[in-house]
Amino acid sequence: MTTQQPAEVQPAADERIELERAVVKHWKAPISYAVLTAVSFILMVLLARDGLARLRLASGGDFFQIPDALLPVRATGVVVVVLLALLTAFSFWAAATVRKVGAWLPVVFGIVFVVGFLVWAGAGAMIPIPGLLFATVGLSVPLIFGAMGGVISERAGVVNIAIEAQLLGGAFTGAVVASATGSTIVGVFAAMVASVLVSMVLAVFAIRYFVEQIIVGVVLNVLIAGLTNFFYSSVLTDNPALNSPDRLPRLNIPLLENIPLIGPALFNQTAIVYAMYLIVPLIAWGLFKTTWGLRLRAIGEHPLAADTVGINVPRLRFWNVSLAGAVAGLGGAYFTLDSNGAFTREMTAGLGYIALAAVIFGQWHPIKATAAALLFGFASALQQTLGAIGSPVPSEFMLMLPYVITILAVAGFIGQSRPPAASGKPYRKQ
Amino acid sequence: MTLELKGITKRFGALTANDHIDLEVNAGEIHCLLGENGAGKSTLMNVLYGLYQADEGQILLDGEVQHFSGPGDAMRAGIGMVHQHFMLIPVFTVAENVLLGHEKALGGLSGAKQKVREISDRFGFHIDPDAKIEDLPVGVQQRVEIIKALSQDAKVLVFDEPTAVLTPRETDELMAIMQQLRDEGTAIVFITHKLREVRAIADRITVIRLGKVVGEASREDSSNELASMMVGRAVELTVQKSPPVLTDNIVEIRGLTVLDAIGQKVVNDVSFDVRGGEVLCIAGVQGNGQTELTEAIIGMQPRTTGSIKLNGLELQGKSVREVLDSGVGFVPEDRTVDGLVGDFTIAENLMLDRYRGEPFVRVGSIDRAVRDEFATEKLDAFDIRAQGIDTHVGTLSGGNQQKVVLARELGRPLSLFVASQPTRGLDVGSIEFVHSQVIASRDAGIPVIVVSTELDEVVGLADRIAVMYRGGVVGVVPADTSRDTLGLMMAGEPPAAAPADPTDPSEGAAA
Repeated sequence: MTTQQPAEVQPAADERIELERAVVKHWKAPISYAVLTAVSFILMVLLARDGLARLRLASGGDFFQIPDALLPVRATGVVVVVLLALLTAFSFWAAATVRKVGAWLPVVFGIVFVVGFLVWAGAGAMIPIPGLLFATVGLSVPLIFGAMGGVISERAGVVNIAIEAQLLGGAFTGAVVASATGSTIVGVFAAMVASVLVSMVLAVFAIRYFVEQIIVGVVLNVLIAGLTNFFYSSVLTDNPALNSPDRLPRLNIPLLENIPLIGPALFNQTAIVYAMYLIVPLIAWGLFKTTWGLRLRAIGEHPLAADTVGINVPRLRFWNVSLAGAVAGLGGAYFTLDSNGAFTREMTAGLGYIALAAVIFGQWHPIKATAAALLFGFASALQQTLGAIGSPVPSEFMLMLPYVITILAVAGFIGQSRPPAASGKPYRKQ
Repeated sequence: MTLELKGITKRFGALTANDHIDLEVNAGEIHCLLGENGAGKSTLMNVLYGLYQADEGQILLDGEVQHFSGPGDAMRAGIGMVHQHFMLIPVFTVAENVLLGHEKALGGLSGAKQKVREISDRFGFHIDPDAKIEDLPVGVQQRVEIIKALSQDAKVLVFDEPTAVLTPRETDELMAIMQQLRDEGTAIVFITHKLREVRAIADRITVIRLGKVVGEASREDSSNELASMMVGRAVELTVQKSPPVLTDNIVEIRGLTVLDAIGQKVVNDVSFDVRGGEVLCIAGVQGNGQTELTEAIIGMQPRTTGSIKLNGLELQGKSVREVLDSGVGFVPEDRTVDGLVGDFTIAENLMLDRYRGEPFVRVGSIDRAVRDEFATEKLDAFDIRAQGIDTHVGTLSGGNQQKVVLARELGRPLSLFVASQPTRGLDVGSIEFVHSQVIASRDAGIPVIVVSTELDEVVGLADRIAVMYRGGVVGVVPADTSRDTLGLMMAGEPPAAAPADPTDPSEGAAA
């Protein structure tokens, strides 16, 4: 029976509904760990490579220089596999005894696995860890901006599959306007405006005309890809001056950039990246601590309830979806005004979809979605770094890595994440 | 504050939901708006609350004409509403729900918490402002709705079918709260179709039917008088049935447990027998496992353990088709979602579960002549009011839709009949028909299980009553058990004098 007191002790209405729970054992996580451990065993023990792997941990301007880590590949492999096996065993034990395991287990497991993989892949070569981290941040920036746009839009009740279009539209417009005006700042703002316009199309069709949001989003993605391709080949190739924007300057933050390992990755960046450091916590704070956030979440959870307290649901949804576009537009500007320096055909390459995956993996929470985007960014950086040092894994397989991790993350490791209840549902009034 | 509605008319296309309705409510008065489902009560209140715009008519507060273009206007004018389906955001706390939309006026979250404590103390609600709505029982959620309205200094409070989701005890508590509010000078509009409540609490009663006011009634009027005003003809409120004649058919349920997706026992170790020729009603407040129990019988719940034996044949673990083939008829809880395909015709819906083999399907295609003949016959036998067998089911009224479901389920030889909430949302005439069909199945000698949250229906139909609470069966009692006892059982208290053997149907036979 439940632990509740008999009903006469207190009024029935004051009791909490607590149903008895059956013992349900969840084997998904331990089995996943076991499979990864088995893969590691095959890779790092059976197919072990000889020699030493050198992990470079220091970079030029650090306060102090951490010496390179020289690791014997075989021995490291054995140690890593043993550690993974222990973690897996713990996971099985926890599942069998129905214990809750915190988030530390997947994190520790992931770090151990990655270290083992790096050492194995880097046998006889040098892997620059600061460079890997720098690339991680760089590759994550558009994902994070895209994911923030996704979080805002979906929390307001509109599925934003058009992140891809917002990024691409922003990238193109940013490049052209910055080239034409000669001002990167104007370019950044133009990118935001373009992205807002894309969002507004989505908002009008989804909110005003109740068109299926996924379809509008997909159509927008195709439309913007087509438009930018057309202008790229018909205008930009003939007028290269329109596609050669100045890049945003790198702003080094003194002292902070000298922190070993993470300093250069985090604090030797452009204004757009520093803006991201502010925007993510700002959105998190705004969503959960301000009137704006309260209303935003209300219209995404139960729009009729919001309506009955006098909130104009369609209008609020419209402006928040537009705001989501503005945030995603910064991610678009990053492509052409920071990382690449020119627009190329479909240069966002599906990152908008990965950003959407980060939103889901991050459970519609700005901080968690950022962590998810960083994970995907790390996977891409790993692929680039290992490609550069000539890893034994075929490069085609390495290219798959970010996407494989996306699928595993979204499908496997997340628990039951709950989307905003009214996300994707049009709100109709009589 | 005095609220007056003058000549309110609201049309939806060809349908006139409200036709020149007049209503007056004074401060310190509970005015009951009595009418059947679909009479236009909720439409009228949504007009009053600014959710709908009236096509004609005026709303006056203290003699001044009001124009509400949205709920915000109505709230500012002093009108509060406790909605039938709570307008609460499940993932928000109590204070956040109260705060929403009035962030400045209440002074932020801390102001809202203060306000919740204040009102909660005044009425003895014991509500924690930081509790999440989805963790609260419905009775408490309803109090949060009341707090929401009172936090906006509502002078006129509208309760839209507030007791539909409550246990009898919670209903009594709500009545006490409404009386306390009235005594403090609030004008209260109480919308309901439950005669018992009207007679307990109303100061004035206005009856509406088919969108029109048919007149005022007095609480001294008998239930039969009120009902016939509401329906427009003399109605039989009691179910006509003879004493049960038990047969050897039997369904035996033993240790049935159903888990939901997160491992909660939504049905918890349920055991009972139902003999042929008797109706076992499963009573209880909505959401105590009745839905899952009936779905488990039909084979729709994947995480089920225990045993369901129909005349010795084990049904548990069988597929839905195998269960249906063994002669189980099932009326699902939500006919529009689970019972019918709205875009299909009556004829198609009537053969929905017979798409395999003779006589409806020959060599892989539907024999339309057989189908149409069957449908025509059922249309007549079940008095389905429609233009013809090719009418789309979605366009029928609730009562006629339910008749289609019944015609299909009762249209083949049955050895067990399970009906979940068979009369929910139906008008009185259709309820009479459904009840007569249930009793007819019983008299045909098969076991009948009826799930209902309406105590009147349970008492009227049952030969024995099983009460469910939090997934378990609190007890199986005879049909003549007092309402007070049933009410306590619905709140989880086992009956004082437990019947000798809860699975012995002879107990109920005497009733």
